[in-house]
Amino acid sequence: MEVSVTVNGTRRSADVEPRTLLVHYLRDDLGLTGTNIGCDTSSCGACTVLVDGRSAKSCTLLAAQVDGAEVTTIEGLATADGLHPMQQAFHECHALQCGYCTPGMVMAAISLVDEYDDLDAAGVRVGLEGNLCRCTGYQNIVRAVLAASE
Amino acid sequence: MTDTISPFVGGIVGTHRLRKEDPALLTGESKFIDDLHIPGALWIALVRSPYAHARIGAIDASAALATDGVVAVYTGADLEGDWAGPLPCAWPVTDDMKNPPHLPLAVGKANFAGDAVAVVVATSRYAAADGVEGVVVDYEPLEAVVDVRDAASDRLVIHEDCGTNIVYDWELTPDPDGVAAAFRDAVHHVTETYVHQRLIPAPMETRGVAVVPAPHNGDMTLYSSTQIPHVLKVMAALTLGVPEHKLRVVAPSVGGGFGCKLNVYAEELVCMTLANRHGVPVRWTETRTEAATATIQGRAQRQTIELAADADGKLTGVRATLLADMGAYLQLVAPGVPLLGAFLYHGLYDVPVYSFTCRSVFTNLTPTDAYRGAGRPEATYAIERAMDALAVAVGVGQDEIRSRNFIPTEKFPYDSPAGLIFDSGNYQPTLDRAKELMDWDGRRAEQAERRAAGSTMHLGLGISSYVEMCGLAPSRTLAALNYGAGGWESATVRILPTCKVQVVTGATPHGQGHETCWSMIVADQLGVDPDDVEVLHSDTAISPLGMDTYGSRSLSVGGTALWMATEKVIHKARAIAAHMLEANADDLDFAGGTFTVKGSPDKEVPLAAVAFGAFTAHDLPDGMEPNLEAQVTWDPGNFVFPFGTHIAVVEVDEETGAVELIDYAAVDDCGNQINPMIVEGQLHGGIVQGVAQALWEEAIYDADGQLRSANLADYLVPSAAECIDMKLDHTVTPSPTNPMGVKGVGEAGTIASTPAVMNAVVDALRPMGITDVRMPASPMTVRRAIEAAGGSS
Repeated sequence: MEVSVTVNGTRRSADVEPRTLLVHYLRDDLGLTGTNIGCDTSSCGACTVLVDGRSAKSCTLLAAQVDGAEVTTIEGLATADGLHPMQQAFHECHALQCGYCTPGMVMAAISLVDEYDDLDAAGVRVGLEGNLCRCTGYQNIVRAVLAASE
Repeated sequence: MTDTISPFVGGIVGTHRLRKEDPALLTGESKFIDDLHIPGALWIALVRSPYAHARIGAIDASAALATDGVVAVYTGADLEGDWAGPLPCAWPVTDDMKNPPHLPLAVGKANFAGDAVAVVVATSRYAAADGVEGVVVDYEPLEAVVDVRDAASDRLVIHEDCGTNIVYDWELTPDPDGVAAAFRDAVHHVTETYVHQRLIPAPMETRGVAVVPAPHNGDMTLYSSTQIPHVLKVMAALTLGVPEHKLRVVAPSVGGGFGCKLNVYAEELVCMTLANRHGVPVRWTETRTEAATATIQGRAQRQTIELAADADGKLTGVRATLLADMGAYLQLVAPGVPLLGAFLYHGLYDVPVYSFTCRSVFTNLTPTDAYRGAGRPEATYAIERAMDALAVAVGVGQDEIRSRNFIPTEKFPYDSPAGLIFDSGNYQPTLDRAKELMDWDGRRAEQAERRAAGSTMHLGLGISSYVEMCGLAPSRTLAALNYGAGGWESATVRILPTCKVQVVTGATPHGQGHETCWSMIVADQLGVDPDDVEVLHSDTAISPLGMDTYGSRSLSVGGTALWMATEKVIHKARAIAAHMLEANADDLDFAGGTFTVKGSPDKEVPLAAVAFGAFTAHDLPDGMEPNLEAQVTWDPGNFVFPFGTHIAVVEVDEETGAVELIDYAAVDDCGNQINPMIVEGQLHGGIVQGVAQALWEEAIYDADGQLRSANLADYLVPSAAECIDMKLDHTVTPSPTNPMGVKGVGEAGTIASTPAVMNAVVDALRPMGITDVRMPASPMTVRRAIEAAGGSS
């Protein structure tokens, strides 16, 4: 079936099997491999993208479900002027090591900051509960998200 | 004490410097294994035994072959002739170690749930998964051996040809009579038994493989999400009989390893042989459930530790006995994992006599192997838990029992009772500083207040002081332990004509930040901008020599090779500069990237001019080769021995059994630091990984050998919500083992934190008469311990 999505501001479409997951559509059909896959159970959040501005785990949606929607992936954040403020905060706070969870973590953090005005550390910790990181122990991720939220 | 001081004077080493790895990782530019675009590749999916132990009967692939997109199906028997040898185990710790053949696809019998018995080849990953559903295997289930004591009884032997489940017995008792005397004469004799549950390493990126053959040229490129491209190349060549010089191994961006990608896996060899058979690229990406069952697990030991001490609690002997679970087969370095802890069951305490014995057994569970710390977390756990038991027996505080027993600073380098030489140490300041960070006395007072008030929210304080041996390793020492390879590392430094610098390293990063740190080292030495240094790695065509990254070895071994190679380049550049300045090389100073003549600071030549002169080679000293490049292979003379003290504070809810980590302080000493920001990051992640063993994680198997926690919904990798901010500080005791004075820090946090947390849990519950809680200290486990002790119900 034909699925069309506006990804990072550009209208894209591809002919896919109806059972194709959004994450496979993005990665395999559109070639946007920045969004990673870390589990089979919607537990890890590595595949988090923004669908119509809100974070969603792209392994938990079929591509067909987002036909016509606007999707933002990690590739859509940085501009010619540099990194997105959340990416920059992750860089400055050493909030990534292997970097595999990072695209999903950054997308989830952007959505979290967008949704809440007065985030504190506890709010960030609970808000990012759906995104797992095995390297950082989260301390610097929390710091980065708070820095970017200011 | 024989401290070296830092050789770095360039003002770059020792500073917080942001990582050069980050921009690519933050924008999705980095390419992990599954991101590689490989036109025409076939996908494979493995048919895995659902039984922990079963005879493999007929395999009917007809339905699979009729599935859209399925190209072929191969059974273990079909591919048996493709293997020049079984999957490698490089660490035969004893001459009579049992090591049954471990084929990439099982033939005859499956020995754990997840053992691959057939492979489906298809045109897409979805079609390959569909094909697996269409393969019908006639299994004859057999009783499974899931408990190490049951395994050791040989009631049921898994590998019939071995005749026993016992893989090996290994002992290290330099002075048996002394040990016997110490326990005979002991005033205090503490005997403790602990269980290390199985853990799933769970890097966020699962494994993956892609093999690109060039059938007519005879070349083959193996892409793998591995920590060890260099070791893998040798082992894959041996296992498949592929000529090593025709094989290139590339580790693309690797999304974490923690030891589980320090291996040679069936899927790598299956993809290689199928790429040969089909003449096209073949690839595979592991699912998370496969990562739980078919990738190695860690820990899995039962330990008994005995301490002998005099009336003051001064240790007079330590005796440790292990029963270690190797799982169904021996993976690459699995037999050696207990040995990496074997020398450290007396911790950082001054003990005259020592005994360690280990029996390892097969079970019908996923194979185990090195997981972050590999042997040292287990050793540290045993001694640090037992030291708390000794403190109770003697009637002194947990801090005091440690202070009484620390190896005195003046004894370094310290000849350990297990036969090691601890390079440098100064332990008491780490305990003092950790207590200060934690407000130890204040916390103790708070604990007493709660107890006096009859609170059901119990406070517990736990200390863990540790020393570890890392920087694997002197090759001769590894030889003495029967390890099948060396412990050296290689580095090349190349100053390009425009004075940009290329570094080639045999260390293979997977999140640690080698590119940043290696650039800082070289830039500091050469007086160039770290951004003008490019670090090349993880591809055997670019970096042909290497022993890769594990055992906290990259900096102390690979970094030292790099430092030496840079010194060699400077030595050559100095000779060229002297020629250019018409001066004696010994009369030149080199600082800030410029050579100057001593006493004549106006006579100078910048490194850039030397580099260009070395490139044009128009006017080099007689006999000198053009270009500025040096390669060094460094084999260290000893391990390095980082140390520190961690303190955890937990709150235990008596009514629910819930344990919450509420405060954590860590004071670590890894010698001179290259980039303190990265050191802290390693500690943060390491500490949480160790806390997770104490409180949350366990590979739970049932009596049939079925893994009940085979995904991230059931296996509790902690999220940000369970974790807290940690208070870190450090001391600096440089290592005399290497010229940079560095130690290692990749595993220290994990080694230290597990016993700190469990000592805190037990400390909270001790008034109820509880002396041990099995890990992980889940609410259910804690409640059962409270009820068994006659506490509230």
